[in-house]
Amino acid sequence: MDISQLFYDLFFDYTLRTVALGSAILGIVSGALGSFAVLRKQSLLGDAISHAALPGIVIAFLLTRSREPVILMFGASIAGWLATLFMLNIIRTTRIKDDSALGLVLSVFFGFGLMLLTFTQRLPDATQAGLDKFLFGQAATLLQRDVVTMAIIGTLAIILLIAFWKEFKLITFDTEYAASLGYPVRFLDVLLTTLLVIAIVLGLQTVGVVLMSAMIVAPAAAARQWTDKLKNMVVLGGLFGAIAGVSGTLISGSAEKIPTGPVIVLCMSAIVLFSMLFATNRGLVWNWFRNLQNRRHLRAQAVLGDLNTLAMQHPNEERGHSSAVLRAMSTNPDGVSLALQQLKEQGYAQELGKDAWALTQSGLDEAGKSQEKEA
Amino acid sequence: MSSAQIEIQIIASIVAVACALPGVFLVLRRMAMMSDAISHTVLLGIVIAFFITKSLNSPLLLVGAALMGVITVVLVELLNRTQLVREDAAIGLVFPAIFSIAVILITRFAGDVHLDTDAVLLGELVFAPFNRLKLFGMDIGPEALYTTGGILLLNLVFVLVFYKELKLATFDPALAAALGFAPTLIHYALMTLVSLTAVGSFDAVGSVLVVAFMIAPPAAAYLLTDRLSRMLIYSALIGIFSAVSGYWLAYLLDASIAGSMATMTGVSFLISYLFAPERGLLAHARRRQNQRIEFALTMLTMHIANHTAAHEAEIENEVVHLNEHLKWTPQFAMEVVGIAERNGLIQQRNGLLTLTDSGLKRSQQEFSS
Repeated sequence: MDISQLFYDLFFDYTLRTVALGSAILGIVSGALGSFAVLRKQSLLGDAISHAALPGIVIAFLLTRSREPVILMFGASIAGWLATLFMLNIIRTTRIKDDSALGLVLSVFFGFGLMLLTFTQRLPDATQAGLDKFLFGQAATLLQRDVVTMAIIGTLAIILLIAFWKEFKLITFDTEYAASLGYPVRFLDVLLTTLLVIAIVLGLQTVGVVLMSAMIVAPAAAARQWTDKLKNMVVLGGLFGAIAGVSGTLISGSAEKIPTGPVIVLCMSAIVLFSMLFATNRGLVWNWFRNLQNRRHLRAQAVLGDLNTLAMQHPNEERGHSSAVLRAMSTNPDGVSLALQQLKEQGYAQELGKDAWALTQSGLDEAGKSQEKEA
Repeated sequence: MSSAQIEIQIIASIVAVACALPGVFLVLRRMAMMSDAISHTVLLGIVIAFFITKSLNSPLLLVGAALMGVITVVLVELLNRTQLVREDAAIGLVFPAIFSIAVILITRFAGDVHLDTDAVLLGELVFAPFNRLKLFGMDIGPEALYTTGGILLLNLVFVLVFYKELKLATFDPALAAALGFAPTLIHYALMTLVSLTAVGSFDAVGSVLVVAFMIAPPAAAYLLTDRLSRMLIYSALIGIFSAVSGYWLAYLLDASIAGSMATMTGVSFLISYLFAPERGLLAHARRRQNQRIEFALTMLTMHIANHTAAHEAEIENEVVHLNEHLKWTPQFAMEVVGIAERNGLIQQRNGLLTLTDSGLKRSQQEFSS
């Protein structure tokens, strides 16, 4: 399938359009709320909540015998919530640390959900068919109706996020200070976690329980590399999530037998990798480049200082010094000739004869300046 | 019980113990979530090894999976070292990506072979007894018995041989390094074991259950004891209990064995969480209640001692006045007075309270201390 056909389908093919829209909504909401989770050191909470949602889905179905997404999402939210509550209580009242509490709640809730799911599947009527799509997600089963539901709930979550922006920001960065100002920290904490639960539950049908955690962590982790401002991070996180959602849908739509959820996650991983390497300010490549420049600068400064010392020790002689002398003075002898070239280019040093180096007037001035700075 | 049922329970118990041993150290070293990550990523190792060998029974699958587990740990640590993301985020970034690659590879290229993600994630213990190992044409039991048994043996030997090193590296890594015990080596050895255990077990029970068995029994045991050796033994026992009871729960409900066993590990933990003799919630509540009563008794004796000599003794030392002066509710005042009387700290005559000798001693003790 060629690219233009793909883009044509993106707008006019019912399935592809629906799935792309759904994935985009999921990306925006999870990217925005994931930013808070990552900043609050709750990256893996998403993993736990998404696994813990499974029994909620099955119980909601068992109670109502309906596969209405809203009802299942409601059940998932309650289970996710209970799991979070249970986990926080374990951490608060025992010496078990957060990682064990997470792993415990995650695996036990998921196992319980699995038990219920298999139990349900053996019930005589066939209405339960398709519940297991929540395990890995089946984006292709998204209906326009589901997307509308997702859009409404997602918009509500974002509106709440904006309405409580200042409060959420405060409890994210300094909970104690927020409490001392009289903010209802506990309520805000609960509200923010609820929004996170909603973001996770929104994505279950598309990417599934197992991969949903990535949609919480990855967009936020990528966005964090580009900015130090919360507002930018949340917006970027949402944007990255949406880009990954749509491009993942397109890639999986372009060929047979490529599951959508995993592809969305891989697209997101690619964005994370790119951000970690090339983000301005924090990116590894830029950092490496900056380090290199710093090293070169320091190397040149050291040789400049040495030349200055030599010049002061021979005040009346207008003569050059061999690079061997400089090498003997330097802590990094191998870098001396490179540093000399560099100083020459900058106009601070000159080669009076063959291998006879001295500072120019501007070089002397520069050395004087840096000596003053040191003093 | 049919022989198949017995075999399933034995295999499940072996898995439970095999998981509990490294699990104890994961819980103590705060690396529990690493087992979750590893149990997902080994799938890619299995898939790649499968593509190379074209066989599902090759030992290379085990090697590939263990290697992928170690690669996961290395990747997480590399990400960590860039200091661009926190450790928990690093785990959350690495394993979904690797797992996604595995799922895509399976769906695209191996859809028709028996290697579906459901089986790996959820396990198929029911079928374990059908897969027999034959030696010289003789049936010597289900294959899973030998793979999981081998892994149990490996874990057991490792823990027994390196017990001292493991203990030191877990509780004081700095000292371990200073004494030349190579905590990094121990760390990687442990992670390799976790990977091997994850692969070897989840053929039988699925990756989710591996995590449940690695974390829940040690977490429950952690609330029961302060000794490492006991924690290891308790974890193993709790694991076996969860495995066997989980099997019968599944039998009763006709549901997934792996899911039921994971549920039972949760139930085991819950029991320990509520009823552990010293660290359980109930023990906590009882202790707090005792402290409250003890404090109230002391307050009562001091209050009466204070006012015995004074002229207002008649008014102050009536039961009905306690709620005003000590800010106690009438019920609580009655309860405390009752306990104090029973303990021989005070006497009550016409609603007036006087201290006995031991009550007086108690009030003075508090003053002097």
